Amino acid sequence: MKIEDYDAEVNDIELSLLLEGIYQRYGYDFRDYARASVTRRMAQFMQDNSNSSLLDITGRLLRDPDYFYRLIPYFSVSVTALFRDPHFYAALREKVIPMLRTWPNFKIWHAGCATGEEVYSMAILLQEQGILPRAQLYATDISQAALDTAKAGIYSLDTMRKGSANYHQAHGGNTLSDHYHVRYNAAAMNAQLRRRITFAQHNLVTDKVFGEMQLVICRNVLIYFNENLQNRVLELLWESLDYGGVLCLGDKETLAFSPIVERFQVIDKHNHIYKKAV
Amino acid sequence: MPVNKVHGKAALASVGSFEHTIPPPFPHCKLVIIGASAGGSAVVRDLLADLTASYPLPVVLVQHLHPDDRGLLVENLDSEMTMPVVGVLDKMPLRPGRLHVAPADYHLLLESDSRLALSLDAPVHWSRPSIDLFFESAALIFKQDLCAILLTGANEDGAEGMQLISRLGGRTLVQDPASAAFPRMPQAAIDQHAAQWVLSVDRIAKSLKNLGAEVSNG
Ligand SMILES: C[S@@+](CC[C@H](N)C(=O)[O-])C[C@H]1O[C@@H](n2cnc3c(N)ncnc32)[C@H](O)[C@@H]1O
Repeated sequence: MKIEDYDAEVNDIELSLLLEGIYQRYGYDFRDYARASVTRRMAQFMQDNSNSSLLDITGRLLRDPDYFYRLIPYFSVSVTALFRDPHFYAALREKVIPMLRTWPNFKIWHAGCATGEEVYSMAILLQEQGILPRAQLYATDISQAALDTAKAGIYSLDTMRKGSANYHQAHGGNTLSDHYHVRYNAAAMNAQLRRRITFAQHNLVTDKVFGEMQLVICRNVLIYFNENLQNRVLELLWESLDYGGVLCLGDKETLAFSPIVERFQVIDKHNHIYKKAV
Repeated sequence: MPVNKVHGKAALASVGSFEHTIPPPFPHCKLVIIGASAGGSAVVRDLLADLTASYPLPVVLVQHLHPDDRGLLVENLDSEMTMPVVGVLDKMPLRPGRLHVAPADYHLLLESDSRLALSLDAPVHWSRPSIDLFFESAALIFKQDLCAILLTGANEDGAEGMQLISRLGGRTLVQDPASAAFPRMPQAAIDQHAAQWVLSVDRIAKSLKNLGAEVSNG
């Protein structure tokens, strides 16, 4: 069914009922996800499953968990890349690594790590700067499927090729292939990197604060949420940071439209890097 | 656009048979949206050349870009135009008198609180941003208060979005394919009966100027 073929207002009511049903039955709270995106994704799900209305879907998923688990990937699209936005990693090295050096030990949280490329990129950067042994990295996501891939740390050679181009643009010190080995047409990240990372399922909407972090990376996750939910999640990220700790958002995400901006200091405007003010 | 050219068109329009070559007043308009692909940025500059920061409506541009574009289009347009140009960040509120430009490699959507939202969903028709996707989301929010413009391009993105806008009572203006560097995109909208008005760039520019005056005068 095409988006044109249904009444927008009725559809919106049905969508609210569907999201409420998911919340009450399964505990996943998508009610404050950015509405325009959710509308489109559910239209996509209807089309892929030849369904004619959201109400039908709601009725079915309340009774059939398997059906619900087929729908869930539509809420957590996990696109990512090694050294995504190379200029961001250059900014990290220049502006954030020197701050991390001042702590004898430090903790980093990747909230919404998807399939893990981002946290491995961080571990590589820290290793090249000689401070990986002082770091503990936590990588969390709502999606267990994405976390399973992340934990395994095995990627396609195509992922590595793109990652390598990004790595060089970020002025990486060596070559990316120093950090993985190839087995049977796939690349496995080195064990030294993996040993420093703890992977865990965590839902930013319904789970609690994560601990005293020196650095929180939350990139391209806030875009999933509406303004209200963004503010709630930013509050949680703020609480998870040590004073003087650093928060990094995605390339097109900013604190500028949220009242919480007052409680941060801007470190890098273009790369959306902020420091928790004391 | 040179002023004498505008006068030339205005004079023509007053001659009987040309009466309908500029769309009638549309004073309840709340938002102008523009879709463009290959050959688009030069046309956008000409189209908006006469508009300033005091234009009473927000303007949004979805222009297909290379995924690696890092805001060059915004910089160029901003240096060449009088109306201020801003690159969209997630949840940016719409502002009258500003051209909001969709970033490369994200989809752009409109939320019901009139904020612009970004998404990393898969490309649609090989495009991200997709003109269809943004136009459809804007149509669902602004319905009959929307003015959409589709310009030059070498693919068929935008036609479906224009169709929905037209169906929900909004206004659709399409660049005359004969005057477009790449006619396929405007032609697709015409073929799919999504174009209410097929006009030269000069005429679209003129009607945007008129639109501003109509909206200001209520
Ligand atoms: C586009 S990916 C971003 C990956 C990585 N941070 C990057 O920028 O490359 C967004 C991730 O956010 C996750 N996500 C969505 N909602 C979430 C929630 N409520 N809590 C935690 N993670 C969530 C998705 O599962 C997905 O893996």
